[in-house]
Amino acid sequence: MPRFTADNTILAHEIITRYPRPKSALIPLLHLAQEQDGYVADDAMEHIAELIGVTAAEVLGTCSFYEMFKLAPVGEYLVNVCTNISCLLVGGEELLHHIETRLGIKSGHTTEDGKFTVEDVECIAACTEAPCLQVNYRYFSRVTPEAADALIDDLLHDRRLDEIPKHGVLARTRQQIPAATRAGNAVPGEAEEPVWIRRARAEVSP
Amino acid sequence: MTVSDAPPIVSTRFALDNGHTLTGYLATGGYEGLRAALAISPTAVGEEVKAASLLGRGGAGFPAGTKWGFCPPGVWPRYLVVNGDESEPGTYKDRLLMEKDPHQLIEGVLIASYAIGAAQAFLYVRGEMALAQERIAQALNDAYAAGYIGKNILGTDFSLDVVLHWGAGAYIVGEETALIESLEGNRGMPRLKPPFFPAAKGLYLQPTVVNNVETLANLPWIMTNGGARFAELGAETSRGMRLFAVSGHVVKPGVYEVEFGVTTFRDLIFDPAYGGGLGDGRSLKAFIPGGASAPWFYDEHLDLPLEAGAVGAAGSMLGSGAIVVMDNTTDVVKACWRVVRFFARESCGKCTPCREGTSWLEKVLRRILDGEGRPDDIALLLDVCDNISPGIAWPPKQTTICPLGPSAVSPIASALVRFRDEFVALCGGTGESPVAITGKAYLPKPNEVAGV
Repeated sequence: MPRFTADNTILAHEIITRYPRPKSALIPLLHLAQEQDGYVADDAMEHIAELIGVTAAEVLGTCSFYEMFKLAPVGEYLVNVCTNISCLLVGGEELLHHIETRLGIKSGHTTEDGKFTVEDVECIAACTEAPCLQVNYRYFSRVTPEAADALIDDLLHDRRLDEIPKHGVLARTRQQIPAATRAGNAVPGEAEEPVWIRRARAEVSP
Repeated sequence: MTVSDAPPIVSTRFALDNGHTLTGYLATGGYEGLRAALAISPTAVGEEVKAASLLGRGGAGFPAGTKWGFCPPGVWPRYLVVNGDESEPGTYKDRLLMEKDPHQLIEGVLIASYAIGAAQAFLYVRGEMALAQERIAQALNDAYAAGYIGKNILGTDFSLDVVLHWGAGAYIVGEETALIESLEGNRGMPRLKPPFFPAAKGLYLQPTVVNNVETLANLPWIMTNGGARFAELGAETSRGMRLFAVSGHVVKPGVYEVEFGVTTFRDLIFDPAYGGGLGDGRSLKAFIPGGASAPWFYDEHLDLPLEAGAVGAAGSMLGSGAIVVMDNTTDVVKACWRVVRFFARESCGKCTPCREGTSWLEKVLRRILDGEGRPDDIALLLDVCDNISPGIAWPPKQTTICPLGPSAVSPIASALVRFRDEFVALCGGTGESPVAITGKAYLPKPNEVAGV
């Protein structure tokens, strides 16, 4: 049951320093854990709790609220098919059923080889591109059953790794805040009136 | 048809291959609005935005300049939080703004933070939007390196850190107090207002302005061209341009930036420049004018302008700029169930009327769809609706902390009043309502007399 690796622990500390209060880093650190292991392991939650100074129960409390966090391993490819209103009107449900039949599983389940998990999801903000789906949160628009089949064939052979990293990896570009140009956190109880506001106020009423 | 030829404001770089890069942004007037803002006082920037009459583009449509003014004087630090948690069904605009033009959003964040005196900004992007996160991360890194963000921005005494933060899948986090809870590392449950109005007691209980992505994306243009010029566009309460996503049964679904107030629903749905009309031989059954939470509109509403006041007076809202078109082939019972299932799944569970009400509404609609409806189910549905939102009015009354619960009432009242016969055919009974339904858009078919 994994905790953060040494490299990820350094990264976790760096993420925590961006926030005025450490607990704000909770969701970013859960994403980091899921990126490392493909799901959020119990030990990872314990480690996060230590890093930000809360209890493991609090970490679980937050974690369990959000749909993206998986408390057990899921498929390498998480196929999220939208069936909400705009997609429903133009074949979203039929697309979901096609994919379920093709993979031999119902939504919410994972194929025996651990390759695919299918989910019947809510609106993913691609309504004008309906019916749409995401694989590991990468978008596919106006998906026909044939296009879905071709996509699944590619994924079976890991032919789209450039485009679709394994489950858990979201942004492959990380924000870097260079120490030299950082403005610094605005901490409650410490931060004063910003200098540009004070100056502007002084200029109006010297 | 009145289709405005006013040029777009926030979508000018959508067609460019490199609009998301710093080079592409600078080559097309990027960061000029920030320079213009830094040349005048923070108060003057606020006045410019007030002069623009910029309404918030998230859903509630509150004037942005006024919202900024609610921060209590002399309380520091203040924060700016960007609401990029776009998830209202039918809504697709903020993701485009984040993917295609992240620097425009960042420039808006800088202008707003300078004006309100925010010393730190948090850019909350919906968790499921991996490309938007990548594009914004790169844009922030480039903007830091070029001196547009960080300490002493462009050599002035204005300093700001902008922190990119991702959500993790929860519609309710689009509600601003829930978003703040989430940003503090908690379950995304809304806070009671009062006392927790974000402007007074927001992030870490400090004054916090929460602005939508599209709202902020308008600021560079306003600073470059002036608030007065912005206010010349549009009509009545709704000024400037606005992005609308037209989806569902139209020939040309798409995201269109149109002039507020002068363009009508008919233009957006039928004009070849926009939605391009319905399929051959199809007719309009209903359309949702402002996201899944909005009461539905019908033929008789097509000539209403895209203007918040007029749409509100007709009993619905422009909401998040999401128009979902349903033609005569639509199974409205199913459509209604699907929207209600959304609210049932996304209820955070904090308030009983919403937690229990939305899930029972979903279950009853599901059994009607499954052919197991009962003769009194229509009355039952409306009774539950009345418990969640007394009077089934518009704007809705709330028995809950946030508007999510009442949002589930809109599709039910819309579908049940207009298409009562389709429900009665499935579950029997008379379809009569045991409670008053007062929302103005909840209209029976024109050839029917209400209550007969």
